[in-house]
Amino acid sequence: METLERYADIVEDFGAFRAACERPLPSVVRVNTIKTTVERARAALDEAGIAFEPREWHDGLLALPDDQPGTNWPYVHGWLHGQEEVSAVPARVLDPHPDERVWDACAAPGSKTTQIAALTGDSGTLVATDNNLGRLSALRSNAERLGVTSVAVTHEDARNHSLKPFDGAAYDRALVDAPCSCEGTIRKNPDALEDWSLDHVQGIAGVQKGVLRRAVQTTRTGGTVVYSTCTFAPEENEAVLDYVLEAEPCDVVDFELPLEHAPGVTEWEGEQFDDRVRAANRIYPHHNDTGGFFCAKLEVTG
Amino acid sequence: MPGDDSGESDEHEDRAGETAAEKGAERDSGGDGTENDKVPTNDGQRFDRLPATDAERRDPERPTRREVLEWWDERFGVDPSVFADHTFWERGRGKVWAFAGSAETPVETEGLGMTFLRTRREHWKPTLEAVQRFGDHATRNVVALSRAEAATFVAGRDQSLPWDGDWGFLVVTHELAGEEEPLGVGLYVHGELRSQVPTGRRREF
Repeated sequence: METLERYADIVEDFGAFRAACERPLPSVVRVNTIKTTVERARAALDEAGIAFEPREWHDGLLALPDDQPGTNWPYVHGWLHGQEEVSAVPARVLDPHPDERVWDACAAPGSKTTQIAALTGDSGTLVATDNNLGRLSALRSNAERLGVTSVAVTHEDARNHSLKPFDGAAYDRALVDAPCSCEGTIRKNPDALEDWSLDHVQGIAGVQKGVLRRAVQTTRTGGTVVYSTCTFAPEENEAVLDYVLEAEPCDVVDFELPLEHAPGVTEWEGEQFDDRVRAANRIYPHHNDTGGFFCAKLEVTG
Repeated sequence: MPGDDSGESDEHEDRAGETAAEKGAERDSGGDGTENDKVPTNDGQRFDRLPATDAERRDPERPTRREVLEWWDERFGVDPSVFADHTFWERGRGKVWAFAGSAETPVETEGLGMTFLRTRREHWKPTLEAVQRFGDHATRNVVALSRAEAATFVAGRDQSLPWDGDWGFLVVTHELAGEEEPLGVGLYVHGELRSQVPTGRRREF
């Protein structure tokens, strides 16, 4: 927890932030609209005697205060998927449309991939990439249980993502939900910060820059790239955006998010970032009683 | 993450489940038992699009799109229009995948859509995933279970069941939230419904 003290100056109401980080998180499920409707999933939970609390900003997200999502009939049918509330944000911001070509650059274990597929009505081509075979297997398993048919899975380093399997066609949208130091998952994994080090943060920031760059390169002009992490470190968030704004033709743009949040920071430990990073959203655990999250929307300009 | 099934290798377990199912199919319904069954079916990452019809077929054993559509229609009464937005691809020998997108054949990826149907054997077998996703369009060879029978089925256990329809693979449903919902694939032989639920998808209620 001391690790988080480094954010005392950028987090408003740091006491509430600290207190929230110490509280556990409830289980949350997302209704899989590829296989059912929100209404019928709720009816099936009622039938099973499982209490749920709908989340106001997203009618398909249900908190299960007393249960784990694993063994119940709607789960067996692939109607539900266990997903932290705040991790449902980036696919919503990406806002994919039916029949589009979408890349999910760091896809496993597939919560956001399957959510993107649901948002397109499981149409078009959704390329889901990960560099870890074990995690890809979990992604495949989740995609199959949820009945997804629009996903093509590739095993590669997203920094060198190849468009070859699909004849070089550019994407309409790309999501980079980057591997990160996971500080924002402290409520789910109390030992999330055990291996924290500045070296690790800086090392992983290098990977993040490479993946986000590749996402901008492979997305068509006018297309959308969403960058997200579940961490607070500006090195992994605004600094990555600042780098890509310099390196590739793109812009960070505003977006509507019906959750309480703070703007991106433009200054961190003596470093100044491009003013446009302010359009990114920082979601702190005390804002909406969720995990911590960072999300930015980019438009490709050339 | 709870409910995420992280770390589970469904592909591996799928194969184990199918192996058991194949044995059952061979033993009970005189499966072809040809060398096809001995050839590894996941040998590589190459997906070849099924030829539309017999006239376009180069590999004489590869199923055609028309055959796949006719099979779903004949076996389960699923109208071919249900699959109008999907292309079919074969990986290895006999494993057919359904993909919502389109691409130039062949495609080299780890996965392309959903595992859908096992072919190149006497009795073609749909996957649990295909039945859960498309089985609500089935109008024949569908067996509706009670809640207790459904629990036995998803636990992977076989059960005695009266059924006066065809033997072979059935779409298994039970009632959920007021409607019959497809749950998986059962093999009906000798008065018994044999659960084909792959190990990774089994649950004890």
